[in-house]
Amino acid sequence: MEMLKTERLSFAYPEREGEGQLVLKEIGLTVERGSIVAILGHNGSGKSTLAKQFNAVLLPSGGKVWVDGFDTADEAAQLEVRRRVGMVFQNPDNQIVANVVEEDVAFAPENLGVPTEEIRTRVDDALAAVGMANFARYAPHLLSGGQKQRIAIAGVIAMEPECIVLDEATAMLDPQGRRDVLETVRRLNRERGVTIVMITHHMDEAECADRLIVMNQGEVYLDGAPREIFQRVDELRAIGLSAPETVKLLDSLRKEGLDVPLSAISVEECAGAICAALKAEEKNAPKGNETEWNQF
Amino acid sequence: MLKDITLGQYFPGNTLAHRLDPRTKLMMVVLYIVALFCAKGFLSYGLMALFLLLCVRISKVGFRALVRGMKPLILILIFTAVLNMFYTPGRAIASFWVFTLTVEGVWAAVFMVIRIALLIMGTFLMTYTTSPIALTDAIENLLGPLKRLRVPVHELAMMMSIALRFIPTLIEEADKIMSAQKARGADFETGNLLRRAKAMAPVLVPLFISAFRRADELATAMECRCYHGGEGRTKLHVLRYQKRDLFCLVTMALVMIGAVILGSLGY
Repeated sequence: MEMLKTERLSFAYPEREGEGQLVLKEIGLTVERGSIVAILGHNGSGKSTLAKQFNAVLLPSGGKVWVDGFDTADEAAQLEVRRRVGMVFQNPDNQIVANVVEEDVAFAPENLGVPTEEIRTRVDDALAAVGMANFARYAPHLLSGGQKQRIAIAGVIAMEPECIVLDEATAMLDPQGRRDVLETVRRLNRERGVTIVMITHHMDEAECADRLIVMNQGEVYLDGAPREIFQRVDELRAIGLSAPETVKLLDSLRKEGLDVPLSAISVEECAGAICAALKAEEKNAPKGNETEWNQF
Repeated sequence: MLKDITLGQYFPGNTLAHRLDPRTKLMMVVLYIVALFCAKGFLSYGLMALFLLLCVRISKVGFRALVRGMKPLILILIFTAVLNMFYTPGRAIASFWVFTLTVEGVWAAVFMVIRIALLIMGTFLMTYTTSPIALTDAIENLLGPLKRLRVPVHELAMMMSIALRFIPTLIEEADKIMSAQKARGADFETGNLLRRAKAMAPVLVPLFISAFRRADELATAMECRCYHGGEGRTKLHVLRYQKRDLFCLVTMALVMIGAVILGSLGY
């Protein structure tokens, strides 16, 4: 069964100027259980608004959202929805509630009324899962941004959700912090089968997803495997997004007449593809050309 | 500059005073204050001072730290002492203009100063040996029965612990804003009090705005983690009374009874 499903989902912020302006327009999506989905788009594309629909922080103005079969508009099911879909936000400081790490991780299970002994095991387990077990008694403000964000993820894991939505969770982190967070998330997906939805505007973060959804002006613009979508360089450029550097390089080479596939996303793949193409060129080229290459 | 502020004033340790249930400590402080107000003469005050000394020794909190904590309150102490000295009716020793110094007044001033000093040191000893979180927990727990009277006990405790959690964050932020303003030529150090207060406005406004934004985001994050008020909540750390708690409470009660009896006899 699908984890998340939207059907003709529309949304407009009621209190905002220019009333009736839709931030989301008739979106129909399904997210499969156990998958990693990246949602990409620039500011104002509606990607964060969409994320908040997934755990009933915002409710649809039109259409429906189902989480594991629960309708998010049904108030009685709200708690069920929220315990299934955990959210991690951009600013780690503004989502840590307690002033000791383990107390913060315990916050969600405490709210759910989990018995004390089980909270203990859940907290230890969640902290181990994000690699922060040694920091249980620390004060959060003494940790780095990446560590704080991992604590925030642990706080969500302790809820034992089936899906985690990261709403630009790496935007405020340094490169090392970003790597740690992404690695943690991928491991959770691999080892526990947690469905991951990543909202981001970093192309390279989208690489590791099974599926990439590109949003533009409240609509789904592109939807498919990252490999496929990154090849559509011109379409991405049309809405102000750029493909990863590797793909851009391959695209330029192609336009120069070198026969390379656009599907090589990672640096290693890209290098391999270029080498292979050059070798093939060498073989096919007539003898006279070789000297030309050498001179070059 | 702002980083120097010490808040909560908790000195971690592992003495009996630290391990005691925070509720016990809170109740002991209340009893101690009651006893202080029943004390009258040297004997009863002596008993109270002796008991405090014993507690300080057990807690291994430096006596100097306690006295240092009193510093900001010295003005209040002097003020009450002077008021008591001159405004207590009785046998006059000296008088000038509208002021009359009385024998009773001098004694009242001495006892009042001792009383306030003991009271402050007693409460400080509690905050020095109890972490703010434990204290919040204790308050929530002890005030629990008030929930029946629709007092929002859980909400108050939650507010307190969130406030404690955000103090370092906001201090850091204030520091950043001040540096940013200084870089653009703001001057916080010179001028009279009024001018310095005015210079703080460009710091406080952005700080407030950001605090509101933080509050909004935190509220969303809390909702996302299934927060729905205090109903049906469980705890990671459950407070449990031990034998030592009973022992300390009984000791405190006996001291209080002693002070009350001595006080009522006028000693």
